[in-house]
Amino acid sequence: MMMNHSLKSQCKVNPGTVIEGKWHRSRYTIVKELGYGANGIVYLAKNQNQQVALKMSDNGMSITSEVNVLKSFAKVQGSALGPSLLDADDWERRSGKVSFYAMEYIQGPDLLTFIQQKGPSWTGVLMVQLLNDLDALHKAGWVFGDLKPDNLIVTGPPSKIRTIDVGGTTIQGRAIKEFTEFYDRGYWGLGTRKADPAYDLFAAAMILINTAYPKRFAKTTGDLKQLKLMVRQKKELLKYEDVILNALQGQYSSAGEMRNDILQLTRANPAQKSTVSRNPGQTASPQPASRQMNRQKKQKGSFFETLLITLIVTLLYFLYIYGQLL
Amino acid sequence: MKTGTLKQILLITDGCSNQGEDPIAMAALAKEQGITVNVIGVMEQDVIDEQGMNEIEGIAMSGGGVSQVVYSQQLSQTVQMVTRKAMTQTLQGVVNKELQQILGGSKTMEDLPPDQRGEVMEVVDELGETVELEVLVLVDTSASMKHKLPTVKEALLDLSLSLNARSGDNRFSVFVFPGKKKDVEKLLDWTPNLESLTSIFSKLTTGGITPTGPAIHEALNHFKKKRSLRSLLSRDDESFFEESV
Repeated sequence: MMMNHSLKSQCKVNPGTVIEGKWHRSRYTIVKELGYGANGIVYLAKNQNQQVALKMSDNGMSITSEVNVLKSFAKVQGSALGPSLLDADDWERRSGKVSFYAMEYIQGPDLLTFIQQKGPSWTGVLMVQLLNDLDALHKAGWVFGDLKPDNLIVTGPPSKIRTIDVGGTTIQGRAIKEFTEFYDRGYWGLGTRKADPAYDLFAAAMILINTAYPKRFAKTTGDLKQLKLMVRQKKELLKYEDVILNALQGQYSSAGEMRNDILQLTRANPAQKSTVSRNPGQTASPQPASRQMNRQKKQKGSFFETLLITLIVTLLYFLYIYGQLL
Repeated sequence: MKTGTLKQILLITDGCSNQGEDPIAMAALAKEQGITVNVIGVMEQDVIDEQGMNEIEGIAMSGGGVSQVVYSQQLSQTVQMVTRKAMTQTLQGVVNKELQQILGGSKTMEDLPPDQRGEVMEVVDELGETVELEVLVLVDTSASMKHKLPTVKEALLDLSLSLNARSGDNRFSVFVFPGKKKDVEKLLDWTPNLESLTSIFSKLTTGGITPTGPAIHEALNHFKKKRSLRSLLSRDDESFFEESV
């Protein structure tokens, strides 16, 4: 890709290079490159025998933005939303100034690699973990944005999914900062690019689909119909069909709701599962969440009914009194 | 801080201009009027030659904007990335100017220690979300662009989707060059969303010459016309003006 090449050459450093911060004077020795994205390169580096991940970019703004996100994550207690931030500084090279930040090094394979190695029985567990983290992130007022398997690392043992790269993380209500087309609901014509929890849940559903299609697939009709068809063509996805479709259509208002539905599925006994997969045409039994919704609707309905009757009776009574007075 | 309107020209082309004024000079003129010029070079299998590359970079540089050369498959993401990047760049310029007034000298955001820089960045982010934006899109419809036009249309629809997710207002206008009779032809006047492009774009014909310079010049006039009309309505229209990035 053209743009990555030009970007790479500008903040490219060789293993062994020592990077010293201008403000905090910490020294980092570059070990190797871990990866690169639209906004910079991430290196594995050593600082006093501690392994850290170092993100560098010549676009100082994006570095500052990401540091802001990581800092606010640190304020959310009791959960590990992203990698923890260790340092933020500038490195003065002869060719110019490069902004960087050091963070916790999260080691492990990415989500798709992990599932390919260990088998699809891990999919449900890891999704539940991910949705837990997303729930905490949403409650803190953020939306992850650029959610995709490349940004999900499985560390362990014990295996635990972690998010890396907060480049797309956006305050709720604003426009999503960074996204990848395949996981973006705007690209599939199924919603806006405004940051709300459902945006991340759409991406989570696409990740589920992605586990059955590791090479992704091209947009043809590019709508819900195409995605539905793709889900129905894979046996391992049928189990999650309802959850996926709910998430794709933005019917979950929180990550917790989606998590509970997946938990419910993994708890269901194997006999039940096989009936669902044997009759793919038949719709599966309604899920607890949607059933609850129906009940709520019914309750609401009866409430309005009572209100209406009371109003009519009151009106008639007043008319009667009025008539009497005249 | 005043929030005015950000004005951008987005030029989508696949090669060299060959008629009329020097596009790099026209881009410099745009910058003088507070209008940023961004350029996207679209490749197919072919590679843009060095002369074309120089022109693309030259226009963006003198227009105070961002340039990027991509394969047409990546156009959608690039169009929105370039527009956002140019917005941030302009806003950063505005914030830097304010900082210089407060701190004195030639201090910019980049000279602040990381902590304070983070606080200023939040202001820039906030402005980027709420500022009014006007984007005039200039599409090269010379013969070689013919089979790339459907992709360009998709990319523009995608751009309006991205920008309309912001809370600030957007206005788009689309011009093509060469036009049917003139060098440049207006396809779509200022509008908040680009939905109507779908029907217009399929009727487009492509032509031989590439009058990039005159196209930028005409685009500038279109910004001006609008401004004078607005002043008639006595709506004050403060615009960001940036001398250096």
